[in-house]
Amino acid sequence: MSDFTPNEMMTIAASRALTSEDVCFVGIGAPSAACNVARLTHAPDITLIYESGTIGTAPDVLPLSIGDGELCDTALTTVPVPEMFRYWLQGGRITIGFLGAAQLDKYGNINTTVVGDYEKPKVRLPGGGGAPEIATSSGQVYITMAQSKRGMVEKIDFFTSFGHGEGGDHRKRLGIDTKGPTLLITDLAIWKPDPETKEFTVVSLHPGVTREMVQETCGWPVKFAVELEETPPPTELELSTLRDLKARTDAAHKGGGPAAKRGAKDG
Amino acid sequence: MACFLPLSEAVKENLRDGDTAAFEGFTHLIPTAAAHEAIRQGVKDLTLVRMTPDVVYDQMIGMGMASRLVFSYAGNPGVGLLRRLRDAVENGWPRPVEIEEHSHAAMANAYEAGAAGLPCAVFRGYRGAELARVNPNIKSVTCPFTGEELAAVPAVRPDVTFIHAQKADKKGNVLVEGIVGIQKEAVLAAKRAVVTVEEVVEDFSGLHPNLCVLPHWTVTAISVVPGGAHPSYTHGYYARDNAAYLEWDEVAADRERFRAWMEENVMKAGPDDFAGRVAGLRAA
Repeated sequence: MSDFTPNEMMTIAASRALTSEDVCFVGIGAPSAACNVARLTHAPDITLIYESGTIGTAPDVLPLSIGDGELCDTALTTVPVPEMFRYWLQGGRITIGFLGAAQLDKYGNINTTVVGDYEKPKVRLPGGGGAPEIATSSGQVYITMAQSKRGMVEKIDFFTSFGHGEGGDHRKRLGIDTKGPTLLITDLAIWKPDPETKEFTVVSLHPGVTREMVQETCGWPVKFAVELEETPPPTELELSTLRDLKARTDAAHKGGGPAAKRGAKDG
Repeated sequence: MACFLPLSEAVKENLRDGDTAAFEGFTHLIPTAAAHEAIRQGVKDLTLVRMTPDVVYDQMIGMGMASRLVFSYAGNPGVGLLRRLRDAVENGWPRPVEIEEHSHAAMANAYEAGAAGLPCAVFRGYRGAELARVNPNIKSVTCPFTGEELAAVPAVRPDVTFIHAQKADKKGNVLVEGIVGIQKEAVLAAKRAVVTVEEVVEDFSGLHPNLCVLPHWTVTAISVVPGGAHPSYTHGYYARDNAAYLEWDEVAADRERFRAWMEENVMKAGPDDFAGRVAGLRAA
């Protein structure tokens, strides 16, 4: 086994959660890489959908934006944006919404709108795009992000996309009948919501990661599962698939490489 | 009835101070040439509408043309934030911009309602989302049949919509291909519609019957501007100029550098310059 970076482990761990039966609404950045590694390894029949209207897309290189020509060229079909949101997302045809986050709390609520006050923001972020409805209309939601105290916070500044709200049955109380966030994959660990409280709990540490490392990069007191597992390291196939994909992507975007790795999502 | 006009005339006749204007394009087919013409003509106090305001709205806002922005995702696609928009929202430079913020689902539904001649759009959305708290135009209605509470937003009805498309025929019918985004709805929702195209062909006979075609009587004016979507792309004609989006992140980071760039590349340039900008991006 060759060495691998925490980000590679994150992408590969996220890819393992997807199956050929899934219809996945893909956010740009880390989710996009994970979804395509899944497609190129164990889930060849997965349906990947990007909000620009491309259904069943199979890009050879990772898109820089949700509307790259590559997505349309390789898609089964490309539909207008209103149809995408009405028939396919609102219509309940998406099994997994895969999102990134600028700010995340322990109940899987996401902020991609502002840092600080909405009216007088410290930093004006891009906003929700498709995420508010992806978070409530997809059968379930997977979230992936690199851990940091700035990103994983006790209290998010703005509820762009609703996760489990204040925890417990908050979704149900709002009339939302989809599962919401069921999985969080970071560069250090795999997290799942507690069945009762819905607080994200670490269920698996990536190889070489300690509990302290997880806590030091997280803004809330971390809960760990009683039976804590170790995430299997990347296989040769997973790692070479991811690296080949990244190399093709960097070559295709020329100079677009660093940007493609940045940013959790865009619209 | 579509008439063919030089872009400067098409913009002058269809875009006025105080208008609600949509320059639509969903990463693909962004009407950059039309936006630059509007900047050169110094149109003021616009309400700019777009699902994904990107570099062209950053430029228009940085030049002080907009008093209001209606949008659902304001980022430089694949790169990061929009720095001129941030300066306007955070610091009021060069003028404050009021924002009305939605989700994509809401904007898409609102355009569709506009195209359908409805006063509002109804959809299942904004549940638990805080935008409903800060945007008074997000309301709810109760389904009279099931009792389900649904979100409602006003229809988008622009005074004028600008889009870029692959081609027109001699009658002025317009063909849009690839990622068609929200363009058809944005044209049909608007009082006036201006389309820039890559080329004009004799007629559309022999095309697949289900392609996205806007009949000539839904379009007000057409201008032929090859490369007019640069730095975005036109499916079948030229690729996206990813380097230009990265460069913009640097240009827009500084007010002086921004002003100088606009002077050089917009104020002193014209529609004819776009063809050269995409020359190296066309398929071999």
